[in-house]
Amino acid sequence: MRTMRSAERSQVAEPSVAGAPRRRRTRPRDDRRAAWIFLVPALAGFVIFYGYPTVRGFWYSLTDYNLLTAPAYVGGDNYAQLVRDPQFWHSIAVTAYYVLINIGSQLLLALLLAALMHRLTRSVVLRAMLLLPWLVPNVTVALVWIWLLDAELGFVNHVLRALGLGTIGFFMSPDWAMPTIAMVNTWAYTGYTALLLYAGMLQIPPHLYESAAIDGAGELRMFRSITLPMLRPVLALVLVVSLIGSFQIFDTVAVADRGGGGAGSAVRVIYYFIYQQAFQYFHMGYASAAALMLAFVLGVLTVVQMRLLRASRSDLA
Amino acid sequence: MRRIANIGRLPAWAVLAVALLLTLFPFYWMVRTALTPAADLYTDSGALFPRHPTTVNFLRVLGLTTQEEARAAGGSGAQINFARYLLNSVVYSGLIATFQTFFCAMAGYAFARLRFPGREFVFGVVLAALMVPPIFTLLPNFVLVKNLDLVNTFAGMVAPTILMTPFAVFFLRQFFLSIPRDVEEAARLDGNGPWGVFWRVVLPMSRGPLITIGLTTTVWAWKDFLWPLLVGREEQTRVLSVALGVFLQQSPNTRPDWTGLMAGSTLSVLPVLLLLVLLGRRLVQSLNFSGIK
Repeated sequence: MRTMRSAERSQVAEPSVAGAPRRRRTRPRDDRRAAWIFLVPALAGFVIFYGYPTVRGFWYSLTDYNLLTAPAYVGGDNYAQLVRDPQFWHSIAVTAYYVLINIGSQLLLALLLAALMHRLTRSVVLRAMLLLPWLVPNVTVALVWIWLLDAELGFVNHVLRALGLGTIGFFMSPDWAMPTIAMVNTWAYTGYTALLLYAGMLQIPPHLYESAAIDGAGELRMFRSITLPMLRPVLALVLVVSLIGSFQIFDTVAVADRGGGGAGSAVRVIYYFIYQQAFQYFHMGYASAAALMLAFVLGVLTVVQMRLLRASRSDLA
Repeated sequence: MRRIANIGRLPAWAVLAVALLLTLFPFYWMVRTALTPAADLYTDSGALFPRHPTTVNFLRVLGLTTQEEARAAGGSGAQINFARYLLNSVVYSGLIATFQTFFCAMAGYAFARLRFPGREFVFGVVLAALMVPPIFTLLPNFVLVKNLDLVNTFAGMVAPTILMTPFAVFFLRQFFLSIPRDVEEAARLDGNGPWGVFWRVVLPMSRGPLITIGLTTTVWAWKDFLWPLLVGREEQTRVLSVALGVFLQQSPNTRPDWTGLMAGSTLSVLPVLLLLVLLGRRLVQSLNFSGIK
């Protein structure tokens, strides 16, 4: 059966060898028919749910559209309105504030954890436990922390009161709400980020540390002179990936704002702004314009990420 | 290998221990609260162990008690059925992870190995979609699914991600490029067509990366919130993350049903905990910078 098919194949393939005889293995082959069959499901998904909506998104951003009547073309009105909308700029400021606290604390803590693990242990169990918060839905994370930080009954406030520090409103207070959400997400993603950095550290040749130790270098010195410089490409990549993720904060805010209540516009990040415009006020066109602005920022970050990915490969692979 | 001077080890281990404690304590507190009777919530809220441990909160969020019993145990009386949502979550993540991985493997293989005109161009277009953030395509996709009357159906929920994501295609293509060509050529000479090579040779060789993509997709779908919130809010398609959000909303603002909420939260953690116990090594080791998502 197999040999028969083999014979058929070579006959079918023969005519494509135009002219000079060549070695069988390098004969140009055309898998056009097979390729399209392999690609049909993925390309269908791509065209319908990535390509088409991207074009539609551009179009919506130029229209007035409330989901009920057909979109009406309004030119650049949405964009003109957007740049004059204080709520839009406020949501950008709130997002930036969030990203700053979240990324700053998350990267520092992850770097510390990764460095400690790298020098102390290869335990898979430890790493698995650190990963647990990342595996859990953000909604669950938000709920558990809203409960832990509850002003009246929350465990954290029991501890604070026991220490004589008084009660903090956390999710309820406009001043505390955004830093609280940022730190909650730091809790959720630090283990994951630490594992990425740790994987990068494993690529550093161990003999560097051995010879540094022979030269009498201490751990801090080794971290500064070996780990940090060698890790730089990975660190840059993790930073950009975390930034892209951080800009898209939504779940925690959505849960905290509905449940905890009170903090309101202090936590209205850009994703939440877009969500409310689209699905609470049904300003689809306006929301699309805001989404496009965000897409632009994230697109630039992604290009940086791709560049770094290539750079880190050539450095450490 | 001498990793660290002995004197320096203790404080370093102490820091790791504190990190671990901070990571795991909220989970402990969640389970502790879930095992506490609602009547003890006020008196017991600072205690490390429940004084009268009970499973009634799990039973009532799973819909295994009567309405009266549920209300007596602290429920608001609203219909909640986490057994259903748990099943919906499993179906949602399972469908997406299985089919997306398979279809992306097919596409990734075509882009890596099959020869056809326009290959690099088409791949470039797919790759460019990595730059489009989900929120931008989410709005038109919602309109599309709504116009097709697929809101609150599983078809509508899984549609945008079940066929492909650009990242999975990219990731698997990179792996297929690293398979030695000789193996595939040999299989071709044995009489296998492109499908035979893919099915009998390439897929079995790619178990590692396929599991990696399958796992990360499962986790992603398990955590997904915004799309299921928009498209699958109704009971028959409601997944756990959405159910927890709705549960919080329905619960009175002044006195949320924390024992029930924590029981529901625990149910959303258990399956991933199981995943971590069964496949933890694979999951942990797959997280390196080529696996970044």
